[in-house]
Order: sequence, then structure tokens, then C-alpha cells
Amino acid sequence: MKDFSEYKNVWVFAEQRRGKLMNVAYELVGRGKGLAEEIGGDTKICAVLIGNKVDHLVDELYEYGADVVYVLQDELLEQYTTDAYAKVMTDAINEYKPEIVIYGATHIGRDLAPRIAARLNTGLTADCTRLDVNVANYIDYLETYTTASLTGLDRNDDSKGLKQTRPAFGGNLMATIVTPNTRPQMSTVRPGVMDKRERIPGAKGERIDVKVSIKKEDINVEILEVVKAAKEMVSLTDATIICSGGRGLGDASGFELIRAFADKVGGVVGASRAAVDAGWIEQSHQVGQTGTTVKPHIYFACGISGAIQHLAGMQTSDIIVAINKDPDCPMMHLADYAIEGDLKKVIPEIMALWDVEEAE
Amino acid sequence: MKLVVCVKQVPNTNVIQINPETGTLIREGVPSILNPDDANALEEALKVKDANPGSIVTVITMGPPQAKEMLQECIAMGADDAILLSDRALGGSDTWATSNAVAAGIRKIGDYDMIFAGRQAIDGDTAQVGPQIAEKLGVPQITYAKEFTIEGDCVIVKRALEDGYERLKVKMPCVVTAIKELNTPRYMTIRGILKGAKQEIKVWSADDIGVDKETVGLKASPTNVFKSFTPKPKGAGITVEGDTPKEKAANFVADLKAKHII
Repeated sequence: MKDFSEYKNVWVFAEQRRGKLMNVAYELVGRGKGLAEEIGGDTKICAVLIGNKVDHLVDELYEYGADVVYVLQDELLEQYTTDAYAKVMTDAINEYKPEIVIYGATHIGRDLAPRIAARLNTGLTADCTRLDVNVANYIDYLETYTTASLTGLDRNDDSKGLKQTRPAFGGNLMATIVTPNTRPQMSTVRPGVMDKRERIPGAKGERIDVKVSIKKEDINVEILEVVKAAKEMVSLTDATIICSGGRGLGDASGFELIRAFADKVGGVVGASRAAVDAGWIEQSHQVGQTGTTVKPHIYFACGISGAIQHLAGMQTSDIIVAINKDPDCPMMHLADYAIEGDLKKVIPEIMALWDVEEAE
Repeated sequence: MKLVVCVKQVPNTNVIQINPETGTLIREGVPSILNPDDANALEEALKVKDANPGSIVTVITMGPPQAKEMLQECIAMGADDAILLSDRALGGSDTWATSNAVAAGIRKIGDYDMIFAGRQAIDGDTAQVGPQIAEKLGVPQITYAKEFTIEGDCVIVKRALEDGYERLKVKMPCVVTAIKELNTPRYMTIRGILKGAKQEIKVWSADDIGVDKETVGLKASPTNVFKSFTPKPKGAGITVEGDTPKEKAANFVADLKAKHII
């Protein structure tokens, strides 16, 4: 076994865009703090903030739980480039030697982290949905949510390696990955999965300004423009969330609510054949045997009773949520979550509680 | 121009089923396919070739001997040359070790102007090998490409972001990873299928590519699979409790969050 005693602390890459932190940054600080506690001793949770003129974000990171904020600022870091960010982050890791480094699995995190892992010759686990240090917690998770065999695991094992759990094969299989022989242990983490800590206004931590060494010649890629745009229309088959409406909407205006709902949760609008036949919405939105077959992560069936031809097109969705006045209709029986009630009252309440990941 | 395309043969995960008794994947009868994002990468290289006659498109993959079938399909689509890195010494490689082997294979190919790869493979979904090949070869990368044009000795790429996009310009050679929005892959042609059946697929071993055996394969991989398992089958659904729509909505959203669904 190699000696890793010089590697200390849990780092999170606090991704910011246009001077605003991504939600996933708070989530990583939240989970990273838990990991630091599980490692114990004087292990700290440290946020790494890279950008230009991002001082205003430091206090926010303390307030969400960071013990330490490493600040790496330079005009050449104002906008994300793979070359510049990979260089300064790798330099900082080499200098301070964190034990764990986690990144959000955003388009930027997934561009950056593999490059750094290759340069450091260490392991990287993609798109994790769970991270554990404590073995007993990990065993509890396996027992509660999975069919994993527990042979070889010992509740009293006090080893401190990071167990990185992620889905594979389209979510049909899960795997836990470890990085036993190299440091730091690095992962990207799917946004929206980890819990952020409650914000403690006025909380303070330690700020470390890292001297960055970056020159224009280090950056090979020229940014011509960055365009912030509303989410492009996603097709039903690619959607991770679908909000579908049926006869229970009452009339065509009901789809205004469904559209607003879909916008809020980052979903795509679907419909039952009854709603399409009634002329409330175009056929391209139809889900079912005669429409499109879908398998989103979450399928909201709003005012859809569940004719067989509709069920055939959506019943393999990961999670089905039915909102209906009739508790005994087929959709309410099929659903993972059956919410009895008036969809026009229930949907606005769900929308009010839904957090969305978006940078301004 | 000399164009290299990195591809992978994957099981078609859309038709994967789990044995409910053992909780393991049923692999029998699951067809292997060219990874979808890689088909987009190949298509983009073929478009460059169409626009620049005389260009050479070389596809490269690492895998078991049966990956030859997929390479024949790539030739049937229009690739000129196909290389399979296949060796027991390469088996069990994680993304770091895979990128060492593929980068060594590309070095052996020699001269290249552009390297295309798919953003990620549908079996592992890591999206790591493309950037790691770029790092090992010491060339720049642009991931999540949804538009690609060549301008002189540079490429201009529209890179998709969650909240918009960016347009980037970089000098060749570089690695570009493709997403589905980049293009629509062409079909194989009859002439191509015949060519694919006849043409020899080059098979290179670890020795052939001169890769340090301490940097490839299961043993060299910094990440190891500690456990693999399936989620518990879905139980019966729950009726969301609450006296008012507000209470029901709150209980519902809280449960989604508690189960890390959102």
C-alpha cells in the first residue's frame, strides 16, 4: 500500500458562469462537507473558485459550508477554456495535494476533469450519483436500495477510500468504483443529485489566493462567442422529463399550464390521443402506441386515465407520476406516485417547489 | 487531409434486459452496434472527405476480435482504413488506460490533421476517453460539438452548453467530440458493404503500437470496479398523502428529493 499521508482535504470545483455559481457547486460543497466529516480528523472541505472578478462568490461558498476557498483569478480565466482551467487546476492540485477532488458533471466539468485526470495520471469516475467514505453508510445504502451482495464488506471497516457509485448501461446496472493506488481520487457528480447544506448567512472561512501562472500562449482555443439561450426544443424520445396532458385538462387552454409546467421542470410536452383527437394539441406531441414511445426519467401524466394504447408508449418510464381526480383509473394504479386532485391546483404547487439548475 | 475517427463497439443498451432472479444483465441475443455518438463522429469525417477529395479517413478502435464487424460497417459507410487494437494486455482498461492505448495507436498511424470521437459511449457514458486521448497526444480538444466547419488551417466548432452554446476556433490538429445534433450519419452503401467484407482490418497488438505495458490493461488502470449491482426492482406505487393540493405537492417533491430523483 502506498503512503498517501501527504494528501489531505476534499476539494470541489466551484463552477461559475458569468459570475454566478452553478447550483451543482453548492451541492458539491454540501456533499463534500459530508465526506470531509466521514474522513474525520482535521479534514476540510475546500471550494476551488476559478475566474476573473469572482471575489463576491467567496462569501457565498462559506455560507453553504466551505471551510476554505481557494481563489484562482486572472483575466485569462474570465471565460472557461479547457487549456487555461486545466493548467491552473492541475498546478493547484500538485501544490496543495487534496485527497479527493469532485466536479459537477456539467458540459464544462466533463470537459475539464478528464483532461486533468490524464495529466495527473490518476483515476476519474464519471457522472456519480452517490459518494461514500464511511463503510457502514455504504452498506446501508446497498441493503436498502440495491440487490448487491454484501460479502467481503465489514461494517467496522474504517478505511477511508472514496466509493464512487454510478449508473451504467443506461441505468440498468450500477457500479461502485474505487481509486486505490493513485491520488487524488476524482469524480464528476451528476447535477441535482447531492443535497446542498442550508445557507448560514455570515458564515466565514479561510481564503487562500493561489498565484496562477497562465499565459496567452497556453490557450489554444479562441472563443468567438458565448451565447446564452433558452433550452432548445428536445424531442420526446430524448426528453428526460415529459409532462403529458390528456382529456382531464378540459380544453385546449389546459395545455398552457402543461407548457408552463414543462418549462419549469425542464421537460417536454406530451399528450394522450384523446387530447390530440380533440384538437387541443398537434399530433407530434402524442405519446402512445400510435404516437411516440418514450422512456423518460420522469413521466407526468396529467389528467390521463391510461388507455392501453397510451400505457404501451410510456410504461417503461423510470418514474411515473399521475395527477388525476379519479383515484381508480389505470394510470393511478400504474403510477409510482399517484396524486389525487385537481391538476389545475396541484401542478402550480409542484412548480412552486421545483428548483431548476440555471446560470443567469 | 488525414482524418482519424475513434469508435467503439457497444451493446445496444436500448434492448438490454435484466434477469429478475439473478439481477444480472442478459447479454445473449443483445446486438452489438457502432456507438451512436461515434457514428456522428465518423459522418463528420466523411463530410470533410467529401469536401476535400483525396482525404483519408481511418477508424480506430480497441476491443475484442469481434469488433472487426463494426469496423467493416465503418468501411461500408465510407471509411478508407480500419485499425483494431486487440490484445489481452489491453483488456480491462479504464478510461485512463484506454486513452494510453488509443493515443499510441494514433501515433503509429502517424500524420493526422483531425481526430474525431463520439462524446461518450452508451455502455459506460463516461465521456472521458476523447479528452484523455487529446491530453496524451498533446493537442487541444473541443467536446460536445454540434456544428463543425474548417477554415484554412483552423476548425470552428459550435459547442453545446446546458444553457446555450459557444463558438470556438482552434488550429488543427485537434480532437473534436461529436454529439447527435452534429449531423445525420449516412447509411452503408452496397459497394461499401462489399468493400468492407473484402478489405483487411489491421489488428495491432500492444507491442505493435509500442505502448508501455505498465500503462494499459486492468492492472494499470487507476480506477477499479469495487462492486456492480442492480437497483432493487420498483415496488408498488405510493399514493401521495395530504389534505390540500399544496400539502400533496410538498410531500411529493420532498420524496423525489429524498430519493435523489431530482
